[in-house]
Amino acid sequence: MSTLSREETEALIAEVLEVYPEKARKDRAKHLAVNDQSIEQSKKCITANRKTLPGVMTVRGCAYAGSKGVVWGPIKDMIHVSHGPIGCGQYSRAGRRNYYVGTTGVDTFGTMNFTSDFQEKDIVFGGDKKLAKLLAEIETLFPLSKGSSVQSECPIGLIGDDIESVAKKASAATGKPIVPVRCEGFRGVSQSLGHHIANDTIRDWVMGKRDGQPFAATPYDVAIIGDYNIGGDAWASRILLEEMGLRVVAQWSGDGTLAEMMNTPKVKLNLLHCYRSMNYISRHMEEKYGIPWMEYNFFGPTKIIESLRRIAGFFDDSIKEKCEAVIARYQPMMDAIIGKYRPRLQGKKVMLYVGGLRPRHIIGAYEDLGMEVVGAGYEFGHNDDYDRSIKEMGNATLIYDDANGFELEQFVKRIKPDMVGSGIKEKYIFQKMGIPFRQMHSWDYSGPYHGYDGFAIFARDMDIALSSPVWSKFVPPWKKSVPEATQEPQEAA
Amino acid sequence: MANIMIRQADSGGLVFYLPKRDLEASIESIEFDSTAKWGGELKLDNGGAYYIDPIAKPPRLPISLRARRLGAAED
Ligand code: SF4
Repeated sequence: MSTLSREETEALIAEVLEVYPEKARKDRAKHLAVNDQSIEQSKKCITANRKTLPGVMTVRGCAYAGSKGVVWGPIKDMIHVSHGPIGCGQYSRAGRRNYYVGTTGVDTFGTMNFTSDFQEKDIVFGGDKKLAKLLAEIETLFPLSKGSSVQSECPIGLIGDDIESVAKKASAATGKPIVPVRCEGFRGVSQSLGHHIANDTIRDWVMGKRDGQPFAATPYDVAIIGDYNIGGDAWASRILLEEMGLRVVAQWSGDGTLAEMMNTPKVKLNLLHCYRSMNYISRHMEEKYGIPWMEYNFFGPTKIIESLRRIAGFFDDSIKEKCEAVIARYQPMMDAIIGKYRPRLQGKKVMLYVGGLRPRHIIGAYEDLGMEVVGAGYEFGHNDDYDRSIKEMGNATLIYDDANGFELEQFVKRIKPDMVGSGIKEKYIFQKMGIPFRQMHSWDYSGPYHGYDGFAIFARDMDIALSSPVWSKFVPPWKKSVPEATQEPQEAA
Repeated sequence: MANIMIRQADSGGLVFYLPKRDLEASIESIEFDSTAKWGGELKLDNGGAYYIDPIAKPPRLPISLRARRLGAAED
């Protein structure tokens, strides 16, 4: 299938929009567009970060998911209480695959679910007492936890509990930070506001707690911001920075600790991977502590090399030399991988629909393998994300914002990509349509995909998905062409 | 009045950021741009305009300020 031309893509959008009632059509039309690299500002062609149209199946999450699931959750030595009914925490438990080292239940708590398990009486009479009791219990049962956060679910905001005062009292009693987070699911239009709320609470409750305390700083201190260590991503990134001679003081927040976060204001440079979820705190540190930040991209050798050189540019010549040495050392490994997989993957077309950063970050990695991204969209991106994406994507590429199940299905049916990369909710639809699929949120039980080591795994995974023999079995034997059917009857299997 | 942040863009210009609405835009023009008097009307590349009380030029960016919107809300 050849790539659609601009007119064809526009026609496709028009066709998909046709099924909507008029008002809905007008609204959705603003979120679907054909990429035009000559545009500087994405808002000329696409609207983002708006309330989802009621009645369509959105793929978005809620603010609680953005705060508990994304930003706070991976901080491993704190206990994150899902305050409210049990489902929100239980159904999302350990789903993001943020790897960490530690003994779960003793000094780390990443994959556990802590909840206040609201019942009817808590809704009627308020849950503050329960929360106070629970925080005291945590202290008894898990004395090695370094602090807690209270992640509000929807009912907390609705009944107006005063979690701040409970947290304050409990914090005074235990001497550990207890952070109330007002991330009720109904706030904002997607998980994006949850990221923002979580960043603000980190700013208010964690940052600055160690200001003025002694710290053995080096001129090469950096922090990795916005890497959630999915399948080990942050580790694969960290070793590259360390090989270059930098010292990674903190990982935000995959495999991160409270102490690391408190020490972050001492670093010389913040390295921001997921811009969408942690630009807020980077801006804050830039203003308050004068720490510059830069966005980097560790997907695929081309972008890695570009990013490593830009990072080295912030430091002296010794780092720049080591940076070149790192690049040179890994080059043969990359050449071997590309030599092996590129012939198998060349020219394959991919459609992506992921969260707030990957649709643009990962394009480079696909291109390194000779693959082409023919459609991309963000669940909860903002216009500045699209601004950054326009240049990365080919002209006439289809862009979709907050796409729903129906739209995605129609697009895939027409564009016929060789592969789709999206989340678990989309996975089985497309696999049943006979299209190879990779989960690009959690790397489908695989990973890491960041860094040089990650690229090796990424390339292998894409090949596995595309070359699986299962795709040739889609036509059942009785529908196969006649010559085969008339062959000697085979023994019953 | 809204809290805004102004920072230096990598490309050299100024960037306007409105945390409340997560709005990011380049500043196309700033009314006063001298050491003693800095601020005034800010014209954004998205068509919006904001006003900040003129102050002495801040020695370091970014800086958070209070701004007033001029004209209708932009996207
Ligand atoms: S929207 Fe509310 S009830 Fe639903 S998962 Fe989020 S916090 Fe829980």
